[in-house]
Amino acid sequence: MALDTVDRTAKQLVHTVQDYSLFAYRAAMNLFRPPRYWPEFLVQADIIGWGSTSIVLLSGFFTGGVLALQSAATLSAFGATAITGRFVSLTMIRELGPVLTGVMVSGRNASSMASELGSMVVTEQIDAMRALGVDPIRKLVTPRLFACISMLFFLTILADAFGILGGSFVTIFMNHQDGTQYFSTAWESLRYPDVIQGLVKPLFSGFIIASIGCFYGMRTSGGTEGVGRSTIDAVVISSVLIIVADFLLTQVLLSLFSSL
Amino acid sequence: MNETSASAQPGPAQPGPMPQNTAPAAIANPIVAFRNVAIAFDGPPVLQDISFSVGPEETRILLGPAGVGKSVLLKLTNGLLRPDQGSILLFGNEITTMPEQKLFPLRTRTGMVFQEGALFDSLTVRDNVAYQLIGERVPDDEIDRRVRDALRFVELEETFSLYPASLSGGMRRRVAIARALIRQPELLLYDSPTGGLDPVTSTTIIELVMKERDVYRTPSILVTHRLQDAFTLCTHRFDAEQGRMVPLPKGQTDPNTTFLMLEEGRLIFDGSIHDLVRSQNPFVREFLE
Repeated sequence: MALDTVDRTAKQLVHTVQDYSLFAYRAAMNLFRPPRYWPEFLVQADIIGWGSTSIVLLSGFFTGGVLALQSAATLSAFGATAITGRFVSLTMIRELGPVLTGVMVSGRNASSMASELGSMVVTEQIDAMRALGVDPIRKLVTPRLFACISMLFFLTILADAFGILGGSFVTIFMNHQDGTQYFSTAWESLRYPDVIQGLVKPLFSGFIIASIGCFYGMRTSGGTEGVGRSTIDAVVISSVLIIVADFLLTQVLLSLFSSL
Repeated sequence: MNETSASAQPGPAQPGPMPQNTAPAAIANPIVAFRNVAIAFDGPPVLQDISFSVGPEETRILLGPAGVGKSVLLKLTNGLLRPDQGSILLFGNEITTMPEQKLFPLRTRTGMVFQEGALFDSLTVRDNVAYQLIGERVPDDEIDRRVRDALRFVELEETFSLYPASLSGGMRRRVAIARALIRQPELLLYDSPTGGLDPVTSTTIIELVMKERDVYRTPSILVTHRLQDAFTLCTHRFDAEQGRMVPLPKGQTDPNTTFLMLEEGRLIFDGSIHDLVRSQNPFVREFLE
């Protein structure tokens, strides 16, 4: 009995991964074949980009502030508070900026994509679209996918900048240290590999958020209760995958840059 | 807004005696042909061994109790679902193994009216009805004209700029009919267009189905579990001069309107209304009574 359950669960998992892979491949490849729905892309870019700006700026600012507070307390034990700026900028740009932005945008947009598309599925709007001869993956998923990837790239840059600003606020006004020193160490410590690492990660996070959000939305079943389930699955799985992808990418990029 | 039309309410029409059996013969070039189709979803078969055809200008009324697989059969017709067994021909094309991308152009030749209308919430009635035309980049002036024509057909011209949320259930179905008709499809699929509606609104919808059948002669499959709707379609015709449906002379029925009945996933009846009322099948008798 227990073996049956394990067998069934394993098959379901493999089946889901297979479905997701095909779904994500189709959504991505649609960009290279007409028709392309640019108005939908712009609408989604506005919803994802502009709509998420406030939460990304706030979370970036306060995360930078917390980093400065925590690091200053530790660094002062070694008389090294002068490198607070370096610590904050490297941590924000290499790790926290991309991951935090990904998780925040996932909470806001993977859920909205799953619930919106899920509602369309249960009210037969997706079937209606197919019956009208329009490919819902091309019309609904591909614009969300590329809007999310491109907007997450810029949102991450904003989060990094506001994180460093948050750190400077704490350094200058709370720790009463020199602002010029903070910014100069923050700037001088940065190398191209750090920046590249920080800007490659959001491309993957954006792909994960939109593809998982849309995938769970499009496979919704079971009425309004099913929409709720899809929304939870989309947020949980995309958030976990962002962190897993971050770990793998860090490993790959560190190996790559150390070998250059 | 008033849901009723100017037409008279049809009585509980029952067909009179018919001189000859009008059961459909084999059709040379069917619009739709099912051959031994079966489908299941993680359990026992929903449909099995389904075979029937829809000919040019023919209206097939699919009867059966709720949950018997009527909507599934309709979704198989235009490839929204794929069968596990058998073959389905749509406009002469085998669609059971056809890739989804090749099915899209084929589906544009059909119109489908969903059970609850399935209008796009975020679009106005104009954009809903013109959905295909907008995708084809038809000029705005032409879109407006054709949308107004389609809305006039369903007597809802005043809803042009409204959103679906502000429409009643019956109006949504009528807008869905307008959306299905705007490109003058070669096949219409109606999925319980009167389900959950009051009798007056149901009659309005059935009158529109009849108008489409008698004015444009588009072949169609209509799913319903309401016998009165089915009998009304058989025993009435749309009078274009009077702009309403009128009963056919006593004893006459529409020869192009025939019946299919499903029981537990199997097709148990395929024939004319006269064959239906004379059928000795216990399930058919129980359904009729």
